[in-house]
Amino acid sequence: MTLLNAVLQGVFLGSLYALLACGLSLIFGVMRIINLAHGDLAVLGAYLVWTISTKLDVSPFLAILPVLPVMFGLGYLLQRSILARSLRSGPLVPLLATFGVSIVLQNGLLQVFSPDVRSLGSSAGEISTGSWEITSQLSVPYIGLVMMLVALVVLGGLQYTLQHTAFGRDMRATAQDPDTASLVGIPASTIYAKATGIAVATAAVAGAFLAIRASFDPGSGPPQLIFAFEAVVIGGLGSLWGTLVGGVVLGIAQTVGATIDPQYAILTGHLVFLLILCTPRSRALLSRRSTS
Amino acid sequence: MTLLEVKELEARHGLLKAVRGISFAVGEGETLALVGANGAGKTTMLRTIAGAHPASEGQVLLAGEDVTRLPAHRRVAQGLALVPEGRKLFPEMTVLENLMVAGRRSRTGAWNVETVLEAFPMLKPLRDKRASELSGGQQQAASIGRAMMTNPQVLLIDELSLGLSPVAVDAVYESVTALIEGGATVVLVEQDLQRAMSVSDRVLCVLEGRVVLEAKTGDVTRKQITDAYFGVASTPSNDPARSDSETS
Repeated sequence: MTLLNAVLQGVFLGSLYALLACGLSLIFGVMRIINLAHGDLAVLGAYLVWTISTKLDVSPFLAILPVLPVMFGLGYLLQRSILARSLRSGPLVPLLATFGVSIVLQNGLLQVFSPDVRSLGSSAGEISTGSWEITSQLSVPYIGLVMMLVALVVLGGLQYTLQHTAFGRDMRATAQDPDTASLVGIPASTIYAKATGIAVATAAVAGAFLAIRASFDPGSGPPQLIFAFEAVVIGGLGSLWGTLVGGVVLGIAQTVGATIDPQYAILTGHLVFLLILCTPRSRALLSRRSTS
Repeated sequence: MTLLEVKELEARHGLLKAVRGISFAVGEGETLALVGANGAGKTTMLRTIAGAHPASEGQVLLAGEDVTRLPAHRRVAQGLALVPEGRKLFPEMTVLENLMVAGRRSRTGAWNVETVLEAFPMLKPLRDKRASELSGGQQQAASIGRAMMTNPQVLLIDELSLGLSPVAVDAVYESVTALIEGGATVVLVEQDLQRAMSVSDRVLCVLEGRVVLEAKTGDVTRKQITDAYFGVASTPSNDPARSDSETS
């Protein structure tokens, strides 16, 4: 029963990772950029939600609503100002540019908010601590369930948008061949900017849940980036449903590892990631993606 | 009425000047064939006109409006559409999606999914098939159809028959001939002289980035074009390359 509970908690934790990773996956899928600032953008989102929630004394679930368009705008500007320029200079420059953005964000957050650890758990009320106890050893936390539902809605919504809307077709066409997309009238740079805006907005949602579920500080971004990156790679680069599966696999690995010894949680996740990375399927997928 | 006018156009690939001061004009409803050997600069010229390659000098005017500095997608909105060499369909998308993606920002006009499928009947049963699963001829038809979805004023077609089987070439030319007879304005890059001359009103032969022959299709023999094509013989009196060298 303990193991079953660990798997269940892993699914919930994996939903958070999937939520965090879907933006990373989207940016990689559309622009072939690995955004090293993604974790820091999630933390920035968490700070914005925290600021609104504490200043106006509202629930973080309400405070996230004005943060979403702000983060979308920030992502849009980030692409227009930094990523678009760096994209013209080959694949390494965007990587360095996003690394630079990550450093600026971390130090900016330190300057503005101090290194103090914060949390949105108390602002969220019972939803962050309460759970349905099914048996003495099996419980369903409210926040876990909410995270899972939100992850399904966000990833499902993104998948639907990509597959069934005109904007999604534009994004897929641009991802497949940006030059030809321009030749059929698609403004590739605008599509890139909108995709980055969406990715940064989803990072903010993940950041808010991270802040509700646990604590955060200006240096919380890089570890979250690693988890998101592992989820994206486990699930197959650029695939949204794959990212959900990848997040859940990583989450389960961590919670099952924690049942053996709490110190093994992160290590087990990394080991599972490395094991999956060594499989012939993953190697073939990575090789194919890097070629394309 | 002149729809497309190219003035002293130059384009480079790094240090190499691939297009060297080319000028020509295409009237409404006219079909111009651009011929020349591999590496003559035809594809670069077409891509420069379409905005997919930057012009280093010169002008491109569409219906009198200078579009030289506009990005490719804005030129599509103005009415320039390119069928690129190698078809370049979006491989993971279906034929229908390939058409719809081009139709989203379409100019107003007669072309839509239904009319494209009518003009290219071979695409009808393939509309839900992925582009990567089509044959070369089917891909070419879809690529032309995709360009028509933008309702262009001028259609630029690069290497229409390249890499296609003779049967596929016949089918594609049948559809393109129908487009031309319907009044489309076309600039066609083609290696197959016979085919190019059969559908065009004028022919422009390019050698090493320069125009070495420009004539009405009826006023020039195939031999004259072939000679100009390889740069081995004298060319008609309106040869810009000759006048160029005489003045320099």
